[in-house]
Amino acid sequence: MQICGTDFWVTLINLLSNTLEFAAPLTLGALCGLFCERSGVVNIGIEGLMLTSAFFGFIVGSYSQNPWLGIVGAVISSVILSALHAVLSIRFKVDQIISGTVINIMAIGLTGYLNRLFVDSGTLPSPVTLPRLGIPGLDQIPVLGALFVQPPITWLAVILVLVANYVMYFTRWGLRTRAVGENPGAADTVGINVYFMRYANVLIGGAIAGLAGAYFTLESTGTFESGITHGSGFIALAALIFGKWTPLGLWGAALLFGLSQGLSITFQALQQSSDCQFGISKDVLVMLPYILTILVLAGVVGRAVAPAADGQVYEKGRLWNWRWNCGASPNASPACLPTTILTSRWTKARSMRCWAKTARVRPR
Amino acid sequence: MDKGEIHALLGENGAGKTTLMNILYGLYQPDEGEVVLGGQPVKFSSPSDAIRAGIGMVHQHFKLVPPFTVTENIMLGNESMAGPFQLDRAAAAKRITELSKQYGLFVNPKARLSELSVGVQQRVEILKAFYRNAEVLILDEPTAVLTPQESDELFNIMRGLAKQGKSIIFISHKLKEVLAISDAITVLRRGKVVGDADPHTASEADLASMMVGRSVILQVEKTTAKPGAVVLSATGMTVRRDKTASADSDVLLAVNAIDLDVHAGEIVGVAGVEGNGQTELAEALTGLRPIDGGSVTIGGVSIVGKSPRFITVHGVAHVPEDRQKYGLVLGYPIADNLVLATYFEPPFAHGININEAAIRDNATRLVKEFDIRTPSIYTPARNLSGGNQQKVVVARELSRDNSLLIAAQPTRGLDVGSIEFIHRTIIAARDSGVAVLLISAELDEILSLADRIAVMYKGKIAAIVPAAEATREKLGLLMAGGQVGLATDTN
Repeated sequence: MQICGTDFWVTLINLLSNTLEFAAPLTLGALCGLFCERSGVVNIGIEGLMLTSAFFGFIVGSYSQNPWLGIVGAVISSVILSALHAVLSIRFKVDQIISGTVINIMAIGLTGYLNRLFVDSGTLPSPVTLPRLGIPGLDQIPVLGALFVQPPITWLAVILVLVANYVMYFTRWGLRTRAVGENPGAADTVGINVYFMRYANVLIGGAIAGLAGAYFTLESTGTFESGITHGSGFIALAALIFGKWTPLGLWGAALLFGLSQGLSITFQALQQSSDCQFGISKDVLVMLPYILTILVLAGVVGRAVAPAADGQVYEKGRLWNWRWNCGASPNASPACLPTTILTSRWTKARSMRCWAKTARVRPR
Repeated sequence: MDKGEIHALLGENGAGKTTLMNILYGLYQPDEGEVVLGGQPVKFSSPSDAIRAGIGMVHQHFKLVPPFTVTENIMLGNESMAGPFQLDRAAAAKRITELSKQYGLFVNPKARLSELSVGVQQRVEILKAFYRNAEVLILDEPTAVLTPQESDELFNIMRGLAKQGKSIIFISHKLKEVLAISDAITVLRRGKVVGDADPHTASEADLASMMVGRSVILQVEKTTAKPGAVVLSATGMTVRRDKTASADSDVLLAVNAIDLDVHAGEIVGVAGVEGNGQTELAEALTGLRPIDGGSVTIGGVSIVGKSPRFITVHGVAHVPEDRQKYGLVLGYPIADNLVLATYFEPPFAHGININEAAIRDNATRLVKEFDIRTPSIYTPARNLSGGNQQKVVVARELSRDNSLLIAAQPTRGLDVGSIEFIHRTIIAARDSGVAVLLISAELDEILSLADRIAVMYKGKIAAIVPAAEATREKLGLLMAGGQVGLATDTN
């Protein structure tokens, strides 16, 4: 069967293969969100983590001429940046949306600046990319076999979905993580260290987001350009919500978004031949994944329920703490220091109170 | 405290009961002094230490994870494992079944927690303690969320546990319960033990004065009501459970075609187990929720489809169930909270400007009149105790000209002193000719204040009983859906 001068089956398998590959960074990004949010820390900085790790993956890979080392570099940079998010939102109780925004903005500036430094210096070695790996046996099947030859991060995304599903629902770690994200008070009273669980999960998420970032430079294009992630981190966030905060659900959502990207590419390719014009502008096709994101989030999927303590700061015996910390003690709490002016509603209210207490002025 | 003893810890809110127990449970550290367990001084730096030493605690607000199953909730933090990584839910469930048989705490280990009633959730909490081999069980205000029947059941369980040699610390500020169940009583006031009492000889009045530090009038003094004209009149009033629910199905109706009249100068109490439509009734009457059927008039004016402000301006005072969420703006100073219902009218407003002086004078006057204990009228409402927060709400609502007062759970979580004050205020409002609709889950409160009592069950009014004919048992039965042969039964 022929379609627009190409074999239909080849086109279809190509589309599916592309879907799997395009879904990989979204899946990984959403898995990052899964670990963070299931433990109660909202992470809208996935985009920033991915962008930063895309850049560092590219730099490390290029200079070492080893794409595998590039992945390591990507993961480390992302873990460091997510550690910043963890410290800001867990230790300093900064509003997690603000902390995530800070990471996104910082990533754009940082990578843009560093990229220009390296590009202008003109000393950049030639870029490297990861090889495609086939599943022995399966990749020999005619036509269909193309589906089983994928780059390593794409394979990893599939494996990590299954691993995450097992971890979340069948292990002690998962049970405790979900408990901390739903009711940290309950976890605390049975002796689970809420802060440790949150830190660890945010860092795990960071490592996974690093893989997603590495995809863009080491697997997809082989080179870095400013803003290379094109909002994939936000689409990943949409996939997480669409998938109702479950590993398999978010994978399904990511595949759907991947399919829309694949379709956009396929149609663009088909429109190349002159006897095959659908009359759809290329620009509209490129918009497809983003339109789909808006539709999905606009409620086509119905209401999803986030983990109950998602985004909420956990403080042990809060009332007690702030009184204690606002005293003349040398270790006065961060709430009383000017460093946290840019902080959450809670902390802001608390520092206002501290301030009102000393100044005896009406807090307005 | 002895083995197999039920020891009650009695005190007002803020007396330090919960703090003391949190120290025993390792959540807080003592600054001085020590805890002695089985002859040995012990020091708990975290709940895990306390759990290991055999102390279990059921918190006032349950420490459970609603989307988890009973098994997952109980095993959390103490998981049984089938391998290095894999959880063993079956083994945990088996142990839970054994424990529930041993202690008479029946639950289905596979049930999802969010589907269980509050009483059963409490059993899960108790099982959680015994799953960790607790010998000493601390129950923090366990009856606050239960119906009278559920409370009785809990007391039976407690007696059974004591017989099996478990020691129980029972924290409460309800005098009746403390006298009924405990073997020994310790009274706390402002962080100090003010005395011990023997439940066999002590009376409610003795305990109350020990708690408060002065004698308290437990029985509310009131004269017979002199009902006047009808103020609130509801006929066939229907309210849906949520916006999307269809009005045809009975299950989805929170308030199902009820008829209710409240006259000037009388208190009509609405009794019922929570979740039988009382909340929706109060919200619909104050405009917070649409009325989906029937007619409702207040002082002859229909309020169907009207905004909360319209209803407020037409003389309805509302003391909402959740004072922190609907009654106050916690971050606002008390002075501003006191004019939330009237800030847009003179004297508080001059065109689009606010008259600070009028607001200040109003606040100074009300703080004095309603005995609101606060460092300043500019203190944020968040920093007040529950009793004083409620006084702010009551002061704001009753300082306006009203014909109807809707008070939902007005004394929930308050201490004896504040309860006494709020009760007196409500009676005073009635005597000045205000119609009062009192919604409360506390039967004692309904019985001592109301002139007529309406019992709600599954969105309907099961019966309206004159207060003189009402008893705890009769109301309890009606609340649970039973039928009572009453001449005044309207259903």
